Amino acid sequence: MFNRNKARSLRIGAVLLAGSVAFTLAGCSGSSSGGSSGGSGGNVKVGLITKTDSNPYFVKLREAAQAEADKKGATLVALAGAFDGDNEGQVAAIENLVSQGVKGILITPNSSSGILTAIKSARDAGVVVIALDTATDPEDAVDATYATDNKAAGVTQGKWVKATLGSTAPALVMLDGTPGGTVDTFRHDGFLEGFGTTEGSSEIVGQENTNGDQTKAQTAMENLLQRAPGVNALYTINEPAAAGAYEAIKAAGKTDQVTIGSIDGSCTGVANVKSGIIGATVMQFPAKMAEQGVDAVVTYAADGTKPSGFNDTGSQLITDKPVTGLDSKDTTWGAENCWG
Amino acid sequence: MTSTTAGLTGRDLSRARVSRILREPLLGPLAALIVAIIIFSVISQTFLNPYNLSLILQQSVVVGILAVGQTLIILTSGIDLSIGSVAVLGTIVMAQVSGGGNPILALGATFVVCVVLGAVNGGLVTLLRLPPFIVTLGTFTAIQAATRLLAGSQTYQVPDGVLTFLGTSFRIGTFATTYGVVAMLFVYLIVWYALSQTAWGKHVYAVGGNVTASKLSGIKSNRTLFSVYLVTGVIAAIAAWAALGRIPNADPNAYQNANLETITAVVIGGTSLFGGRGSVIGTLIGTLIVGVLRNGLTQAGVDSLYQNIATGILVIVAVTVDQFARRRSA
Repeated sequence: MFNRNKARSLRIGAVLLAGSVAFTLAGCSGSSSGGSSGGSGGNVKVGLITKTDSNPYFVKLREAAQAEADKKGATLVALAGAFDGDNEGQVAAIENLVSQGVKGILITPNSSSGILTAIKSARDAGVVVIALDTATDPEDAVDATYATDNKAAGVTQGKWVKATLGSTAPALVMLDGTPGGTVDTFRHDGFLEGFGTTEGSSEIVGQENTNGDQTKAQTAMENLLQRAPGVNALYTINEPAAAGAYEAIKAAGKTDQVTIGSIDGSCTGVANVKSGIIGATVMQFPAKMAEQGVDAVVTYAADGTKPSGFNDTGSQLITDKPVTGLDSKDTTWGAENCWG
Repeated sequence: MTSTTAGLTGRDLSRARVSRILREPLLGPLAALIVAIIIFSVISQTFLNPYNLSLILQQSVVVGILAVGQTLIILTSGIDLSIGSVAVLGTIVMAQVSGGGNPILALGATFVVCVVLGAVNGGLVTLLRLPPFIVTLGTFTAIQAATRLLAGSQTYQVPDGVLTFLGTSFRIGTFATTYGVVAMLFVYLIVWYALSQTAWGKHVYAVGGNVTASKLSGIKSNRTLFSVYLVTGVIAAIAAWAALGRIPNADPNAYQNANLETITAVVIGGTSLFGGRGSVIGTLIGTLIVGVLRNGLTQAGVDSLYQNIATGILVIVAVTVDQFARRRSA
């Protein structure tokens, strides 16, 4: 009988515990977001849905959105996909935000086409939807896009690597992100354009997908160095990929032979440019995307003006080895303006 | 738990009845679901309305259906890490075959592929006597890669029609829901019936409880085990169909965490990871608890990382309860 009672109270206790967890969490966020919901209608709710919670880029995006929302007296609810590529989680997040009555949703879509139906339902319900960082396909499926012009960023990286190479005959290796991703394609194509070569050219001696992951990039570069020991130019989808590739290049004793270009502008990446691991990186400005996105929703809530079109939040070449004809900032400026 | 009622007074009997109700394993999960719904209804004005409740059901459909298969396999003291990847492969097969213009053929092809993969898992577990965890870890990895190869790492838009039928909505009064929700409840009903009312169901519990004992008592345990993996293949195919109904886009990157999400639902629903004890009704409640938490915490303005903390704590609470229940009944 004693055991039975114990089990019974345990079960009831478990239920109470679960309940109190939910309550506490709800309480936490309630206090952090400030205002009461029964207010004068000045409290605008903004939803933010990032690709994941795990990447410092999205953390910066979220923090900037939170800061801007606080400044404008709006409430931010930040959700995310469970993993890179999680479309279903983002669809559910949109539905739940619409059901909650947000004025606008800022989203970095995991799937540029899979998310379209959910975005359409949200817009039909009167919610303004803004893509941040990554465009949808087609681009006009959302009200507006605030993002880096990734093609232009790729062109800048390509031009710098080519100029640094000078008159040496190029042997280019490309460490891509995820096949089919719009950002990946823009950067890749932009780089080729800036570098002055074309897909399938004999100047490209190797290509691998790294998912933008340092470990995968290292393995890929190790293997590519076996196949193409003469490599002298390296395109990387982002800075972790560049750092991974550098490890492989260093182990092969070829750091003087290979010029590494990258894109992102994280603080780790800028530090790597400073220490010579990466030759140059093209910085993005996620905080600008988030701030402009939140502002657009607040404006919409105030007077019904919807934002529109593609809005480039800019990019900046960061290097301590400037080349003539290309605008660049040094790593000191980079360290002051980096994210993450 | 062997208690005899002989010679007991009426009061003892009613007390025994009350204690039996309290020992009912579904009580904990059901109470947790109700408590969660009450809490969210109090703290959010947007939670308790037909539209939002329908959303929670729709969001639960795919993982909810897959969780039925996971329950069956966990009841046999196995585990299926490949279940989500089988369904995702199913969606790609469906999208590609339907490109030829025949959606019925596409649906058929998906069922065949999913059942064959179920048979591969089941064959390796029964014939080679390999542990299900390892077998399905291997097939999970291989199927995920095969799916990306088959899809060329691209997504496929599926046209409206037979393949998206389960996403079609209809109304019951003011409550609008989709045929996918109906399909999910139907799968639960059928498997609940099979488990509780048929000899096959008793064999499933027996195999999971104690393989040696069930063998000695004349149950063909291998045949029962194999059939469970086949049924799980069928269930994965239904989930694939429902997935295209929910999002008409076959995506090789989808549902990467479905294996863990189904295990979460099964465990929160009170089914023992050691096999032989539990029910699909518990799993349905477990699925809904996860859905209610995610939706309700969003309504309450809680960010997603905190939502995951809540779900994680709930899993540990559920397993703790199961552990104590096991020790008690041992």
